[in-house]
Amino acid sequence: MATVIIPTPLRKFTNAQSTVQLKGETVAAVIKQLVTEFPDLKKHLLDEQEAIRSFVNVFLGEDDIRDLDNTATGVNEKSVISIIPAIAGGRM
Amino acid sequence: MSISEIKFSTEELARYDRHIIIPDFGLAAQQKLKAAKVLVVGSGGLGSPLLLYLTAAGVGTIGIIDFDVVDDSNLQRQVLFGVENVGKPKVEAAVNRLKGLNPHIRFEVYNTRLTAQNALGIIKEYDVVADGTDNFPTRYLVNDATVLLDKPNVYASIFQFEGQVSVFNYVNEKGERGPNYRDLYPTPPPPGLVPSCAEGGVLGVLPGIIGSLQALEVIKVITGVGETLSGRFYTFDALTFTNRTFRIAARKDNPLNGENPSIQQLVDYEAFCGLKAPVKSIKEVSISEFVEWKERGEVVQVIDVREPHEYEIANIGGDLIPLGGVSAAHEQIRRDGKVIVHCKMGGRSAKAIRELEEKYGFDNLYNLKGGILSYIDDVDQELVRY
Repeated sequence: MATVIIPTPLRKFTNAQSTVQLKGETVAAVIKQLVTEFPDLKKHLLDEQEAIRSFVNVFLGEDDIRDLDNTATGVNEKSVISIIPAIAGGRM
Repeated sequence: MSISEIKFSTEELARYDRHIIIPDFGLAAQQKLKAAKVLVVGSGGLGSPLLLYLTAAGVGTIGIIDFDVVDDSNLQRQVLFGVENVGKPKVEAAVNRLKGLNPHIRFEVYNTRLTAQNALGIIKEYDVVADGTDNFPTRYLVNDATVLLDKPNVYASIFQFEGQVSVFNYVNEKGERGPNYRDLYPTPPPPGLVPSCAEGGVLGVLPGIIGSLQALEVIKVITGVGETLSGRFYTFDALTFTNRTFRIAARKDNPLNGENPSIQQLVDYEAFCGLKAPVKSIKEVSISEFVEWKERGEVVQVIDVREPHEYEIANIGGDLIPLGGVSAAHEQIRRDGKVIVHCKMGGRSAKAIRELEEKYGFDNLYNLKGGILSYIDDVDQELVRY
């Protein structure tokens, strides 16, 4: 169980919810649960190999999961997972 | 001349008095500001507060680079500019305003786009770069150029209701170099996945907040006062009013300055960001051809894929079918004769045409080059630009 904070640009895929409570023992399991519940999020978060996309960062608490055990990092009911995509301003 | 020998006139001392009397700031920090050269990339939403505060604070030399001209639709957030500046180059309007704010500052203006060709030559003249651009290619360009030239890069970015701030490539007093943008985001999103220009939008006050934080970090980098955001990544969610600050680190696989760097010089950033990726070309029509075709009666339908509020601002009488609804409305689109599809600048209409061609096999759709903005410029200046 963990709380996932959805960034504002992706809230249109979560019925405008800014946080979602999800089951899972690891970051990977929680993300999997997230994209199962909100399938439209999937292409924004995961690539074809189901890996986190390189323009999306995932933080557990204040830490980049790449500095922990990546998506294998364990979570508990107090964990807060933040998803932070790259943004560049108005234009592409 | 060493920084401690930098002198101020009595007018300057009076102007900066509220800085100088701060015990942890003082004359020494003000001298560092006066000695500093800061390049502000982009004088738009972020650049406006950034330039106003850096100028007011007394940064001695400020470079401004922007290729754009002031547009009505900028005034909702770009507080540097006023109605009288519309149509003028941004750098020119900015300097006029900023000189009025503080005559003691030296300004260098570059009325051009920052490119892989000119970036190193421009940035090498400065001590600190503040990146207030609005697109991924320039983000990566600024990042790579500052790393190659060993300059700190004070980063801020905004989108809709979300802001980000950090300090990249900063070397602290112990000589440790902090992470840069490529440590955080090795590659940009492919085009099309993130909403672009006119579709995205930004709440006007957000760049004011985030650009002010960016100015704060520039001042801290210059003066050494306080702890910068180097190694930390700040995010602001205006909708829930939540700030979060994450720890970030330099990564061994950073292609610029990791263990096996593969980038030793600037690259083609448009290509890197996938903006030159080969995509199936669609048929296009220039404004003048469009006018000719219309006169000859060859155009059977004009489709406008913008949003209703944009249609209200200006339209050329097309059938309004917003991009999100083109598939659902495909039966309303004629298959005999030439059908012109347009949006504001040509991006959304290209997407609409690709979607209609792929899903429904249309072969008579033409994208209006430059969109309604080009039409307004070339044909009907009575219509409102936005």
